[in-house]
Amino acid sequence: METKATPSRRTFISLAIAAPLLTWGLTSCGTTGPGGGGAAAGGASMWALSGDPNETIRKNSVDAFNKKNPKTPLKLTFFQNDAYKTKIKTAIGAGQAPTMIYGWGGGTLKSYADAGQVEDLTSWFEENPDVKDRLFAGAFGAATVDGKIYAIPIQAVQPVVFFYNKELFKQVGAEPPATWSDVMSLVKTFNDAGIAPFSLGGQSRWTSMMWLQYMFDRVGGPEVFTDIFNGKADAWSHPAALEALTKIQELVKADGFIKGFNSITADSNADQALLYTGKAAMMLHGSWTYGGMKNDGGGFVQDGKLGWVPFPAVEGGVGDPKNAVGNPCNYLSISSKASDEEKSAAKKYFTESLSNDDEVAAFIETGAVPVVNGIEDQIKETEESDFLSHVYELGANAPAFQQSWDQALSPTAAEALLNNIDQLFVLSITPEKFAQNMNETLGK
Amino acid sequence: MTATFVDRRRQSREESASVASGKTGRIAWLAIPALVFFIAFAVIPLAGVLILSFTNWDGIGAITPAGFANWAEMLTDPDMYHALWLTLAVMVLSWLVQTPLSLLLGVFTAGTQKYRAVLAVLYFLPLLLSSAAIAVAYKALLDPNFGLGAGLGLPFLSQDWLGNPQLAFSVVIFIIAWQFIPFHTLIYQGGVRQIPRSIYEAAEIDGAGRVKQFFFITIPQLKYTIITSSTLMTVGALTYFDLIFVLTGGGPANATRILPLDMYLLGFRANLMGPASVIAVILVVIGLALALFLQRLGGTDKSSSQLDGM
Repeated sequence: METKATPSRRTFISLAIAAPLLTWGLTSCGTTGPGGGGAAAGGASMWALSGDPNETIRKNSVDAFNKKNPKTPLKLTFFQNDAYKTKIKTAIGAGQAPTMIYGWGGGTLKSYADAGQVEDLTSWFEENPDVKDRLFAGAFGAATVDGKIYAIPIQAVQPVVFFYNKELFKQVGAEPPATWSDVMSLVKTFNDAGIAPFSLGGQSRWTSMMWLQYMFDRVGGPEVFTDIFNGKADAWSHPAALEALTKIQELVKADGFIKGFNSITADSNADQALLYTGKAAMMLHGSWTYGGMKNDGGGFVQDGKLGWVPFPAVEGGVGDPKNAVGNPCNYLSISSKASDEEKSAAKKYFTESLSNDDEVAAFIETGAVPVVNGIEDQIKETEESDFLSHVYELGANAPAFQQSWDQALSPTAAEALLNNIDQLFVLSITPEKFAQNMNETLGK
Repeated sequence: MTATFVDRRRQSREESASVASGKTGRIAWLAIPALVFFIAFAVIPLAGVLILSFTNWDGIGAITPAGFANWAEMLTDPDMYHALWLTLAVMVLSWLVQTPLSLLLGVFTAGTQKYRAVLAVLYFLPLLLSSAAIAVAYKALLDPNFGLGAGLGLPFLSQDWLGNPQLAFSVVIFIIAWQFIPFHTLIYQGGVRQIPRSIYEAAEIDGAGRVKQFFFITIPQLKYTIITSSTLMTVGALTYFDLIFVLTGGGPANATRILPLDMYLLGFRANLMGPASVIAVILVVIGLALALFLQRLGGTDKSSSQLDGM
């Protein structure tokens, strides 16, 4: 009897252990629907990027919306930039996307649209011309795929700005650069003074890409990348492209970038810290870092130590020095897998809260130019008017504004590009090899 | 009297035999939960990956058949071989660094002295940390501008640890060792404690010193422990991902882009699920082959014993 009882008791115990595990396994597969993790019925969900000032502004905006619409509250989740870019793709592929998909438009949005994962908003914009007319017309370019609009422009114009530390320039008695040879001589000046010339968060790779974008433009004009974007054969081997790549490697070889730039990530904001702690004299970065440096820099921005100039011209180059590169803005798309209630809640948020007066004021206060028409006067009145006018000049009035390459290109080509940029900046491949590798990705 | 006694013994022997067979029959049922999990989370995904390797899929849109195109492309891709080479390098170097150190530490901590127990607890601390936490901590410590070197004012420590391709690879090997030596020390500690004391006593009588005892008793007696630990180390090298992903992201210039990371970046960053699945299949094959090979090293001769002459 005794021996008989033992196995059955074991079976019972094992079942007792297995049953909760099994139910856990089943429920963990089942509960996360398109709401992206337990959104209340009828409420929509949104994923956005962490990091101030945008995080606080978005949170306040959603809180205000939820107070007004307690029956259809939005569920907001924040993610770090680099992590988000992977997570959102996986979530969309698995049918677990949030109702509102935050993005950068361009090639990635096209891949969503091609797969039928995002809602076509063209007719909605036609029914709501107020919403559309309020926003920068140019911002809709990267939201449009085959003539249809798949996303609404949000937040602010984000050109890439050439920042410098005024205090360090005064210390070595130098002027900010206007040409590429100025840059190269400043590199020597600062290195001799024991200060790193440029800060760069090279491990993030898109940070290094901003250098290539400006150099391609200044040497060969915006047409060089247009050819690449259109998949023209051997477009990366354009003489202007090779010259730009060579110049970048000359800058690396001259110790233009801070020691260890390959292991610095932009997500940690260490690159900004290098500029405001006086370890590096200059930095090429997105305009959004102004708000970050204002928050973290301990008076660096407020005391007028941060300077900015247009990206220097390159001798013999054909690009207009007024041209700019960067993100036209960010975008929100609506997942086509969301329920009708979620979709209408999202659209309600689009009309009621996105880029409303509070949000516009909040962005301007952080030193950003929202993608909203008719704010020139508002910009002039603020204490940030100097920087804002510069950004407005770059973002709204540049003869050519080029979208970030890694967003404009398809995800496959973008990943190859970033990988090759990493190798280019470590000098492990030549400009010719870079062009050859990238030519293989054209049209992919 | 004797007859009944023998009878009873025979009876009880038969009884216990029948009970034993009944036991195994029922115990087989106990394997079912594990089997269900194994099929659901290992066999089915594995089959899925094999199928995906013959398709084109960007992770978002429709899956279209690709025939052998992905395999042909990956098997002629120099980047794949570079990643494979790095993976093997990580495997071999990790083994070479970790095995002697954990063996020695294992023997050391197997002693019963109090101070050894205290040290052992300290050695095992890294075991409690997640790979991501370790990577974040080391990344901060090794930062050339704000890290340990700058903080302590030691120029030697302000190398470009993670920015120089050769250094970055060595740093990765070091951190992997730092993370996993405690675990293997634990395995060796257990192994050493199982070696019968009497063998050492016999050796001492024969005049063998400590070093000789280590090489001629401890190591041969630990044969199976070494095989277990080596299997975990080498097959584990095929799965190192989180640490390197957070630490270097595969850079600088692909210097730390080992195969598992290459697979992830291809699949989830470049949206090339087909080629990424090819790498996954290659990893599975290498892992299984390695595990099999190491088990063979242990010998299949069931009559061989580690306790000959005991």
